[in-house]
Amino acid sequence: MRPALGFLSGLVFGLGLVISGMANPAKVLNFLDLAGTWDPSLAFVMAGATATAFLGYRLVWRRAAPALETAFDVPTSTRIDRPLIAGAALFGTGWGIGGFCPGPAWTALPLLAPGTLIFLPAMLVGLWLGARAKSLDIFAPKRALQ
Amino acid sequence: MEMELQTTFTPWSSLAGGGLIGLSAVMVMGLFGRIAGISGITQGFLGAVLPTPGSPRDRDWRLTFLLGLMAAPFAILLASGTVAHSVPSNLPGMATAGLLVGLGTALGSGCTSGHGVCGLARLSRRSLAAVTTFMAAGFATVFVLRHILGGA
Repeated sequence: MRPALGFLSGLVFGLGLVISGMANPAKVLNFLDLAGTWDPSLAFVMAGATATAFLGYRLVWRRAAPALETAFDVPTSTRIDRPLIAGAALFGTGWGIGGFCPGPAWTALPLLAPGTLIFLPAMLVGLWLGARAKSLDIFAPKRALQ
Repeated sequence: MEMELQTTFTPWSSLAGGGLIGLSAVMVMGLFGRIAGISGITQGFLGAVLPTPGSPRDRDWRLTFLLGLMAAPFAILLASGTVAHSVPSNLPGMATAGLLVGLGTALGSGCTSGHGVCGLARLSRRSLAAVTTFMAAGFATVFVLRHILGGA
C-alpha cells in the first residue's frame, strides 16, 4: 500500500512537472533570463503549486495524524544559518547553468537526453558529498547569520 | 548555456501543472506526514545504496515516488505523443550544474519543491530565505552566462 501510494504521488508530481513545462530546461532557463528571451510561465507553476499546497496542507492538518504514519514530521527550525544560504546560492547557480532542479532531472531521465544523463549522476554525487560535508563541524548549524 | 531558443508563454498549462505538483505535496503530507522535497527523497534513495549521513529511514515510499516521477513522461507520451524537451548539450556544463545542484540542496536542506512549494505553503521563514537566495543566484547565473559571457 505504502509503495503504491508513493508511486502514485510521484506520478502526479511528475505529470505536473511535464504539463507545467518545468521538466523542460529550455523553459526554466528562459524564465531565469529576465534580460533576454524571458518566459514567465514558471511563476504560474510556483503560484499554482504553492496555492494548492497551502490550502491542502490546512485541510490535511485538521486530522490528528497522516493516514500511513503515526505523526506529521514537519521541519521545525526557523534559523536562517550559513549552510541554508550558502547551499541555496550553490543550488541556484547550478540551476541557472543547467536548467534542472532535482525533480525535473528525475522526470526527464527516461527521455535520455545526453545532458540529463550527465546531470543526474553528478547531482547524486553532489548530494552525497553535501550530506557528508553537512555532518562535518564547519557546517554544524550553530551560528545564525542574524 | 549555448541554447537560447524561444519558448512559448503557457500560463494555463503551467498553472494546471503547478496545481498537480501542489496536489502531490498534499498527498505526501496526508499519507506520510512529510514534506515532498525531491532532494530529500533522493537522499532517501542514496541512503539505500551508500552510507549517507542524515538520510531518511522511511525509504519504501521514497523509492517508489522516484519511480513515479520517471513514469510520468511515458504517461504523457502515451496520451499526447510528444513531450516538449530541450536539454543543454554542453556536457561539462551539465556535470558542473548537477554537482552544484546536489551539493547546494544537501547543504541548504531543500530545493525548489521542499523550500519552494512546501516551505512557502507552510509560511516558513527559512524556506523564504532559501527561495529568495536560489532565485537570485539563478537569475544572476543566467544573466552572466547569456549576456556577459555571451553564450560562450
